[in-house]
Amino acid sequence: MAQKRSAEPLLWALFSIGGTVAALLVPVHLFLFGLAIPLGWLEDPGHARLLALLRLPLARLYLFVLCSLALFHWAHRFRFTLYDGLQIKHLNEVVFAFCYGGAFLGTAAAAYLLWNVP
Amino acid sequence: MSEAPIYTEYHPRWYRAKISTYWWLGRWPYLKFTLRELSSIAVAFSVVITLFLIRAVIRGPEAYGEFQSRLRTPWAIAAAAVAFGFVLFHTVTWFNSAAQAMVVRVKGKRVPGAVVVAANYAAWLILSGVVTWFLLGG
Amino acid sequence: MAETIVLEVSRYCPERDTEPTFQSFDVPFRKDWVVLDGLNYIKDKLDGSLSYRWSCRMGVCGSCGMMVDGEPKLTCATFLSDYVPGPVRVEPLRYFPVVRDLVIELTDFMRKLKHVKPWIVREEEKLLSEGEYLQTPDELDAYKQFSMCINCMLCYSACPVYGLDPHFVGPAAIALAQRYNMDSRDEGSRQRLDILSEHEGIWACTFVGECSTVCPENVDPAGAIQRYKLTAALDAVKSLLTPWGAK
Repeated sequence: MAQKRSAEPLLWALFSIGGTVAALLVPVHLFLFGLAIPLGWLEDPGHARLLALLRLPLARLYLFVLCSLALFHWAHRFRFTLYDGLQIKHLNEVVFAFCYGGAFLGTAAAAYLLWNVP
Repeated sequence: MSEAPIYTEYHPRWYRAKISTYWWLGRWPYLKFTLRELSSIAVAFSVVITLFLIRAVIRGPEAYGEFQSRLRTPWAIAAAAVAFGFVLFHTVTWFNSAAQAMVVRVKGKRVPGAVVVAANYAAWLILSGVVTWFLLGG
Repeated sequence: MAETIVLEVSRYCPERDTEPTFQSFDVPFRKDWVVLDGLNYIKDKLDGSLSYRWSCRMGVCGSCGMMVDGEPKLTCATFLSDYVPGPVRVEPLRYFPVVRDLVIELTDFMRKLKHVKPWIVREEEKLLSEGEYLQTPDELDAYKQFSMCINCMLCYSACPVYGLDPHFVGPAAIALAQRYNMDSRDEGSRQRLDILSEHEGIWACTFVGECSTVCPENVDPAGAIQRYKLTAALDAVKSLLTPWGAK
């Protein structure tokens, strides 16, 4: 008999894995494309190279997993931030839908984009 | 435990302080905690930027060039810098709490917390190097 | 060297007041005195109506927990010399209902301790004639830290989640559950997991970590809770992937 049918342990597991992935990989991605390349500290790899990299199935899988897990990390953490910070536990269902719904939409967007790389 | 504390009915003279909405401003550890939690927004922001970047690459060189010039505007740089600060904060707080959250045992002996933390940082550096090399060099 | 130090003590008389007020007392400053000594001086010499709990005065009973300058502390272990020149603000433990002055209502806490089944659970008890349950020093080490809790409730006063929602089971109760979960003699993990898997169990915790910071016995309840979450999550994943499993 499993734990009482609650989604909480699985949601926490997603949050946890997402948080680890985000901690390990998001800084470098944001640093490169948000700061280093726009500010000219590092050379822009160029459209051609990036498209070639994007075409690799493994690269697309990597990006999908990274984006999806990071979003579910945000969803879980932000949900509790809204509960504790704004003390709006009575809006339970709304907060839940907004957070995980948002993560799900982002995941779907990532899937759509990465599936349709020309 | 979903039953309400039953003593409330019978003791209206007990004083219960209200918790302020700004409880987290009251003490530095609470503020640090709240900033850590808010860092998740920066993580989500990074994902969104990445998705827009992927979309720009898919759309072709002009779209990519236009997106790059948008990233070069002062507002974009400022936003990226702030987000990067928060994302770094997430990384540091995540790794530093790894030792508390996980007890790793090798051959029955508990691995010291500092080693677990150091391993996380090492993995971070290595992976960052690999990603950079893959994207820019290789 | 100052002769006296001021203690600003929270007073609340339910028959008279609707909310607490502060009363200032001049207390002799001795460098070996703790806040509890100051309170005892007030009660002995200045105002006998001051109400507060204390017992062992040496940091093992967990009775004298109060807020000292906004931090949850054992008043028998908090030296006045650390607060010179003062004043030192003494209030009842935060997030608990106040019965009177510095005395808080702790029935909720006691109930939660019992709620997690803090005893060795066995599917089948050994016969007395078979002797004790044996345990190696390494097996003892696995849970010893969590057994050091003195039930002082400082961790509940440090926990904003408990402050915002008193239904939360709380750090000490979960650490106590872990003390038994990790005891090699115990077979009750499954039962405790079912109890603590509710939303106000371990999942309400957001790892603020202040509970471990204020704990006078280094129990590290935050660590206990995070490890418990990991165990529960792995258990949930396993039962998701293998629903035909025996348990």
